[in-house]
Amino acid sequence: MNLNQNHFELFGLPARFAVDAAALEARYHDLQREVHPDRFAAAPEIERRASMQLATRVNEAYQILKSPLRRAVYILRLRGVDPEFETNTAMPPQFLIEQMSWRERIEEGSEDPEALVRLRGGLREESAKIYEKLRGQLDEGGDDEAASGTTRMLMFYEKLDGEIDDKLAELET
Amino acid sequence: MALLQISEPGQSPEPHRHRPAVGIDLGTTNSLVAAVRNGIAVVLNDHDGHALLPSIVRYLRDGGVAVGREAEAEQARDPRNTIVSVKRFMGRGLKDVTHAENSPYDFLDSPGMVQIRTVAGVKSPVEISAEILKVLRARAEESLVGKAGGELAGAVITVPAYFDDAQRQATKDAGKLAGLNVLRLLNEPTAAAIAYGLDNAAEGIYAVYDLGGGTFDISILKLSKGVFEVMATNGDVERARLAPLSAEDTRVLLTQSRAAKEFLTAHTEARVLATLASGETVDVSVTQKEFQEMTRPLVAKTLGPTRKALRDARLEWSEVRGVVMVGGATRMPHVQRMVAELFGQAPLNNLDPDKVVALGAAIQANVLAGNKASGDDWLLLDVIPLSLGIETMGGLAERVIPRNSTIPVARAQEFTTYKDGQTAMSIHVVQGERELVSDCRSLARFELRGIPPMVAGAARIRVTFQVDADGLLSVSACEATTGVEAAIAVKPSYGLTDEQITQMLRDSFDHAKDDVHVRALREQRVEGERMLEATEAALREDADLLSKEESAALRAELDALRKTLACTDHRTIKSGIERVNRASEAFAGRRMDRSIKRALAGRKVESL
Repeated sequence: MNLNQNHFELFGLPARFAVDAAALEARYHDLQREVHPDRFAAAPEIERRASMQLATRVNEAYQILKSPLRRAVYILRLRGVDPEFETNTAMPPQFLIEQMSWRERIEEGSEDPEALVRLRGGLREESAKIYEKLRGQLDEGGDDEAASGTTRMLMFYEKLDGEIDDKLAELET
Repeated sequence: MALLQISEPGQSPEPHRHRPAVGIDLGTTNSLVAAVRNGIAVVLNDHDGHALLPSIVRYLRDGGVAVGREAEAEQARDPRNTIVSVKRFMGRGLKDVTHAENSPYDFLDSPGMVQIRTVAGVKSPVEISAEILKVLRARAEESLVGKAGGELAGAVITVPAYFDDAQRQATKDAGKLAGLNVLRLLNEPTAAAIAYGLDNAAEGIYAVYDLGGGTFDISILKLSKGVFEVMATNGDVERARLAPLSAEDTRVLLTQSRAAKEFLTAHTEARVLATLASGETVDVSVTQKEFQEMTRPLVAKTLGPTRKALRDARLEWSEVRGVVMVGGATRMPHVQRMVAELFGQAPLNNLDPDKVVALGAAIQANVLAGNKASGDDWLLLDVIPLSLGIETMGGLAERVIPRNSTIPVARAQEFTTYKDGQTAMSIHVVQGERELVSDCRSLARFELRGIPPMVAGAARIRVTFQVDADGLLSVSACEATTGVEAAIAVKPSYGLTDEQITQMLRDSFDHAKDDVHVRALREQRVEGERMLEATEAALREDADLLSKEESAALRAELDALRKTLACTDHRTIKSGIERVNRASEAFAGRRMDRSIKRALAGRKVESL
């Protein structure tokens, strides 16, 4: 395997934010059919080791390409742009107010699983809008700077989504 | 008269030689062994026609060991030396064993894993499990090879999906100790899904609800065109146990209760009648309704993990197409009802819940051993059940690999020093979902030394986790900034070193008839033959990937290896194998590349 290949090249897909989920999954299965350790269980040690490394690499690539957030970050890095999650905390005031309001609603609903599930549905709708925006910025506009900002927003939404999951898990224990 | 077979020139003499391989369900209550025969997976019975081997091992004063029914018959009389449900102690310290004080055993807390003092000496759960596996191995050899001591190509042993790394390592060690070539550890619900899915040509999202004697597992799988992809798994290893009683009495009552429990599946009332050591008689009747009340909390405890698994898979109840039931406890009518209510559909019961795991493991073992038939072009993609991480400042666990990651998986994370001039770093590897290290399972501790002195925060310690296809972890660490690399690979502290296993094999009772060297020699010969066969097949297929010189060099090593096979020193064969390994390194890489290109080639037009 050419180690310089990026994940899109490995999967034989164009380096775009818009990904055909069915095609991505089909490629993933095709690749694992060839390299998975189960195919090499009776093979010599050297092939078993190579297979584990390749299957690991294919899994890693698939996880990144499958997740909209990780895919957006990956595309930006391929283009030499760092979305600066750690250092750039400047977000539009309007967005921050919305975030606070989400957080309050999650707090209010933290005893009520149905309310939490509803909130999560709302969050995922918001995320879907962001995907659309990212598709425009990354695939059509080529506005990487704007896309970085949008990706940071998406990170906030994913974090809230995770917090709702944690709250739901807490309610069950 | 048998016809003599003559192979085609240039072909391996036995290209489709069947390599007998088995699937083993090493259960808490019962264990089974199964194999694929004439293309069909079957459970192998003992001489008396029993498929289930009670997972009970009794140590005798004369050093002998009784396993299964024989041990079961004496358990009430000799509870201290009769180990029941040893699976609960695999990879566990004494503090992890719930209600140890009610247990009839004389526990010994030892580093890593609890041990049990018996009349035949101190035994570890790994050794006890190995006794069960040895019996199943002998059964399989007799049935498949025609004689005990015959050659099995290998075994797939199943483990609860929710087993952590220490428990998996212990299971694999038990397999090795029993003289089995462990081809793979397979998650029990996944094994069931393989058996069910292949049998029914199932497509779509399936849940496997596995309620066993000591564990609960739930797995959500996506079945599509021969790919079994586990999306999420969850479970609960520690389940409630009974209140304090003496060793003998506990055993008597447990035995009686188990019979009553099974009786209640088909009847409305069961009677438990037992005489205790004090002469007291216990005579109670339990109705099905009362039994349901008693077990309700246990069944209710399966709800949480089921919800979590669905959430991790990002699915709704309605998206699940079928629920496969596994484990004897799923026979309880109220478990069936609860699962039906939960998923809004009747669960699937068309496979024997006691056997489906062993059958799935046998199918997997057959393919892994290289006996691929035309219908075997399926692929399994499994996950790790629990997150893996590292202890950071303040006793917090930093997640490195999240739960439900598809295996094999590797992840590297960078850490740094917190003091000026710090030259060593202690790395503590943990597994679990909790934030505090003290709430997670400790897997390994090791030290990275020789870090060049730098100001605090300047060193870049890169810790790499690799989880293989068995779900087993290895960890390495190195300091990257200075180019000085110190790296160490660790095995979890619960695991046994290869030397320890060799020693145990040597110490085991049957060492006279099963000498370690003979075994090592046999293993190396099998490995060497496998190597020759595989490399020659590869050369036939892809000879064009090598230059004339490369090809000649590789063939020379193959000839050398072939010559070593006749010798009686396993180390000579081993070094021959290693030489072929080195000589074929580049070839293996190019072949992989070609496979990948081939995998992608057919697809480009349709999806671009």
